[in-house]
Amino acid sequence: MNFDLRLPIGIMFSLFGAILTIFGAVSNKEIYEQHSLGININLIWGIVLLVFGLFMLFLALKGGKKNGPPKP
Amino acid sequence: MHIQLGGIDYAILLIYFGFVLSIGWILKRYMKGSTDFFLSGRSIPAWVTGLAFISANLGAQEVIGMAADGAKYGIMTSHFYWVGAIPAMVFLAIFMMPFYYGSKARSVPEYLKLRFDEKTRGLNAISFAVMTVFSSGISMHALARLLETLLHWNYNFSIAISAIIVLVYIFLGGLTSAIYNEVLQFFMIVLGFSPLVILALKDVGGWHALVQKLSVVATDQHFAAGTWTDSWKHMGNYAQNPMGADWFSMVAGLGFVLSFGYWCTDFLVVQRAMAADSMSSARRTPLIAAVPKMLFPALVILPGMIAIALHYSSGKTFLPLGADGTPDYNMTIPVLLAKYMPTGLLGVGFTALMASFMSGMAGNVTAFNTVWTYDIYQSYIAPSKSDTHYLWMGRWATVFGILVSIGCAYLARQFNSIMDMLQLVFSFVNAPLFATFLLGMFWKRATGHGAFWGLLGGTCGAAIFQGMSMTTGQPIGLLKGGWLAHSLGTHMFTYNSEMGQTLWIAIVAWTSCFVLTLLISLATARNKTDDQLKGLVYSLTPKPETAHEPWYKRPVTLGIIILAATVVLNIIFW
Repeated sequence: MNFDLRLPIGIMFSLFGAILTIFGAVSNKEIYEQHSLGININLIWGIVLLVFGLFMLFLALKGGKKNGPPKP
Repeated sequence: MHIQLGGIDYAILLIYFGFVLSIGWILKRYMKGSTDFFLSGRSIPAWVTGLAFISANLGAQEVIGMAADGAKYGIMTSHFYWVGAIPAMVFLAIFMMPFYYGSKARSVPEYLKLRFDEKTRGLNAISFAVMTVFSSGISMHALARLLETLLHWNYNFSIAISAIIVLVYIFLGGLTSAIYNEVLQFFMIVLGFSPLVILALKDVGGWHALVQKLSVVATDQHFAAGTWTDSWKHMGNYAQNPMGADWFSMVAGLGFVLSFGYWCTDFLVVQRAMAADSMSSARRTPLIAAVPKMLFPALVILPGMIAIALHYSSGKTFLPLGADGTPDYNMTIPVLLAKYMPTGLLGVGFTALMASFMSGMAGNVTAFNTVWTYDIYQSYIAPSKSDTHYLWMGRWATVFGILVSIGCAYLARQFNSIMDMLQLVFSFVNAPLFATFLLGMFWKRATGHGAFWGLLGGTCGAAIFQGMSMTTGQPIGLLKGGWLAHSLGTHMFTYNSEMGQTLWIAIVAWTSCFVLTLLISLATARNKTDDQLKGLVYSLTPKPETAHEPWYKRPVTLGIIILAATVVLNIIFW
């Protein structure tokens, strides 16, 4: 089966990571006082998700090259 | 209680389900025959089947239930993992997978047909098919109820939306679609719940402060101070711990009978390994699964322990209280989500929770459509049709299975006690299963008659013992037990907790099945020759050759490492 699952995982988590990082950077700091002990967890965890997503994408693209272009 | 999702949270939810449906859509063109649909064409790499293997089990019951148990029983809940699941998964990989994968059986009931006979397969296939649609219905009901409570979503809307999503992606992509989405969900749960655990642990003041706060919880309920944080120290006697179980019933009932019965014979999980691309991958599937499984207590049990500690230190206001004044333990995860997750991250956490409900449903639906099509439809209703016909039937069995599940969800909503009763009957059916497989796989003399009557006998044994035992404080009756001893006026076995009673029912069921199968097999003639049992029984099957593989791919080596690590975990939290 020529379908590498790491690709959708990578895209999805990069997307989630980017959304949270940007939202964390611009959002009102009050919500963190209320919820996450004053820590801007959106920013921190957004970066974690972004790194994970990009790593999966890297693996998928590297693996894809090794196996050659998918056959039609 | 109420959770307010913001626009960004809904966006994350929608993106996730967009991905889920797209995976089904992409996989549609790979579904050419029934083997593609039901067994993923036996072409999935080990890391994917391994993660799907635990994810199929990581349904709502696991996430919500284990956190609830963590609050109720403390770290003793880890026995479900470090005594229960892990040894069973290693056993499955090393000893049983060669028969499942090597025999080319397409389902667990089909293995029973090859090993024993048609009636044993029929009994297992029909009871399993019924159980899966009910379990899927119960998952759907639980999700709709939760969304109704937390988000004030309409019950019917939640049922419809979860049914449609699961239906679409399985209808299109079959088992592969379910497996791929389970892997997606695995990462969602791990990455969505980790920040929750980190924040909650930080809030409670770290592990040492947690131990201190939990000693208050323990002494308040008249147990020794360390009961919530020592996994074995308080198991000498059933009265010393909130589970009401002693070490013997724990090791024999949970560690042996229930865990091996579930992990080694339940087609829902075994099906994931059967989809692997080689024997080597199939055997590594449960082992790869065992590694994250070993660490899951930190993700699902620890939050429950933190929640109950905060509940007590906050003057019993942290968790909502039930009608009888005790905390509503099932609300542990939702309460923590609402408390620690700001909008944004809340979307990820909430999506992970919803995904776990749906993958619980999807796991049941894919197991159902396979057993229905191969073991019931092809065997008894319409044999020798074309493969395209069975692929077509598999798709429509998916629709049918989900429709019946919806019916069950509404049944559960109307008559909660009917569902409790059904789950009780299922547990009677499941408890003896592992005895049948153990004798079937390791004793070539076991016969079809022995297996069939042994299974029935084990189920009856469970029912009879349930009728002769009760839990202190529970009413005597069909549901909670004691009805038989009560009406006959004979001795009643009394337990401190329902857990203790359940474990002993399982032990009795297993033993009855084992002894009956043994005796009846000896009394009846063998119905399969040595030649027919090749590949199905241990002593008649050549051992899979693994010497050419690197050490990290050899099941025995991996199994030993995993078991050693599990022993270490048990000792650390002794």
